[in-house]
Amino acid sequence: MIEIRFHGRGGQGAVTSAELMAQTAVGSGKYAQAFPSFGPERRGAPVTAFLRISDQPIRVREKIYNPDVVVVLDPSVMNVTKVDAGLKDSGVLIINSAHPAGALRQQYGFKWKITTIDALSIALEVLKVPITNTVMMGALSKVMGVATPDDVREPLQNRFGPALAPKNQEAFERAYANAKMEA
Amino acid sequence: MSVTKSTKPVGIEVSLAIAEAVKLAEAEVVAAYPITPQTHIVEHLSDLVANGELSAEYVPVESEQSALSACLGSSAAGARTFTATSSQGLMLMAEMVFIAPVLRLPIVMAVANRAISAPINIWNDHSDIMSIRDCGWIQFFAENGQEATDMTIISFRLAEDKNVMLPVILNLDGFTLSHFIEPILFPPQDKVRKYLPPYQTAHKLDITKPISMGLLGAPEVFTEIKKATDNALVASKKYVSKAFDEFGKIFGRQYKLVETYKTDDAETIIVTMGSISETATVAVDEMREAGEKVGLVHLRLWRPFPVDELRAAVRGAKHLAVVDRHFTPGFPEGPVATEIRALMYHEADRPKMSNFILGLGGRDVPRNHFKYIVEQVKGLGASGRQGHYEMVGVLE
Amino acid sequence: MKNKVKITMEATTKVGDLPFGFTAQPGTTREFKTGDWRSARPVLDREKCIYCGFCYIYCPDGVYKDMGPKEKYYQADLDFCKGCGVCANECPKKCIQMVVEEV
Repeated sequence: MIEIRFHGRGGQGAVTSAELMAQTAVGSGKYAQAFPSFGPERRGAPVTAFLRISDQPIRVREKIYNPDVVVVLDPSVMNVTKVDAGLKDSGVLIINSAHPAGALRQQYGFKWKITTIDALSIALEVLKVPITNTVMMGALSKVMGVATPDDVREPLQNRFGPALAPKNQEAFERAYANAKMEA
Repeated sequence: MSVTKSTKPVGIEVSLAIAEAVKLAEAEVVAAYPITPQTHIVEHLSDLVANGELSAEYVPVESEQSALSACLGSSAAGARTFTATSSQGLMLMAEMVFIAPVLRLPIVMAVANRAISAPINIWNDHSDIMSIRDCGWIQFFAENGQEATDMTIISFRLAEDKNVMLPVILNLDGFTLSHFIEPILFPPQDKVRKYLPPYQTAHKLDITKPISMGLLGAPEVFTEIKKATDNALVASKKYVSKAFDEFGKIFGRQYKLVETYKTDDAETIIVTMGSISETATVAVDEMREAGEKVGLVHLRLWRPFPVDELRAAVRGAKHLAVVDRHFTPGFPEGPVATEIRALMYHEADRPKMSNFILGLGGRDVPRNHFKYIVEQVKGLGASGRQGHYEMVGVLE
Repeated sequence: MKNKVKITMEATTKVGDLPFGFTAQPGTTREFKTGDWRSARPVLDREKCIYCGFCYIYCPDGVYKDMGPKEKYYQADLDFCKGCGVCANECPKKCIQMVVEEV
């Protein structure tokens, strides 16, 4: 079982990312579970979402305290939330940032492997809005090997419809092609 | 394509899955008022009605009191009727809730369990349903999304069984179940129709054969009416088993009134209801690996209480650690523990009882809470007496 | 065990004999003649009656019957009239008198 925690701000699609990744995993025959940190929904407020993917049925319903992966959709959240809290020693941080991993490691004292991707630029270029969820899904899928562009096609279609799905697919694929795990 | 046509599991929010199950059950009337965390159930139902997938009358009422009033009316007219609510909504509805079983109206209601104010809290515990515990409806607690989906269909079948004719409440934990995305395998429509034929009853308001419903019950008959209704509720237990068995035969998923997990040689048995039960099974596995003789009993049916099944499930245990998601202010034990202690009192070989209150107002219930409980039980000493409930993790 | 204490029983119907869902047949008040509750009955002076229908409208038990445009008056059904006197009170011509029932 892989446990993933998403950090973002209300409206950026952290919850949607977790949801779509779960639907993608279920669609490809795996077990998955996704849920938000429940509460009043406010655009711009820091939000957390949780995702579990497994080859076995998932029974545990507690929050994710020791994730394998942390995905940061908005770098400004790192200033107000300890995003790496409880991250396993073998854990991975996937961060939306224009800065290289080394710079983030220095600034925040992260001791884990880091993948950075300039998701904001890709989102603005492809989607024309600063919503980074499908880009970050692409980076996560590539780095952790949890989904392929083909796997997400149907879930993206169901969620975004014929007008927006192709652009989100493109955003996913741009990140999927470019994301690289720090050596 | 509609998700219910998929022959493979679909990743879907449990609230939406319940609404889809109401569609598969071909409910004829839905009257509801939205309230967190029930909202997605009725929101999705209104979508299904609006887009023509469900041919039902959706009554967007102005309050929960009106919601169940409308349901009483539509069920009395012979329509398959569904509603859903939570917390303060259930409080506002309370006046109407107690009427349905006496009138023998087979309404199905999902309750997305949430704390009651004050302080204002939108998160999960069982204080809403426990406050109307004695309403006389058949009551289930669902453990996961698949069960909540299946149980929606089972509830209609059971409620409308000619030998039952009672309303059913399906409890599901708000957020921690209602808002989870999980894999759900939808029962195929043709098989649902076989399992749940159209609702037909002679017990209805019919202008060609008029009757009066909702009469005054004077002291000369009131006691007898209450006894008749309770007799019906108690007698419904065997039809719950029957509804589960027939569902198992057709759909391959067998449910029981009381579930046991690794209880055979267990010295300590934890008793739970609702969605924390699966988390508890993981905790049991981990404790077993560490050599603890621990097991879990999970009550799926809450009313009518499965008395014999519960006693059989816990037989041989030295300790029962009963978990409550609600407490009884001014009383040393929560409602579930109080009832189970009462049921065990006359047993010759009764276990020591203790009670743990946890998961109030949305506080997370991780595996380590169950490990803590078992540790506490072992530390009770020779008397085995706890004396008073323990609120797990309370900071004082 | 044979009970020594005999308890007071107010019950009228056995649990098993109650109608399902505690319903009732409609129109049962027709069988329940309330006329014997009456201590005074309304007596109409047809000379003064203007056939306005106030008695018919105000009667809380609906016992007045419209005798039609030819007869031009309303008649109380004494099988059901409880003798409340509302009709006499409301009559604009004061042509209804409450006459005490002889026992």
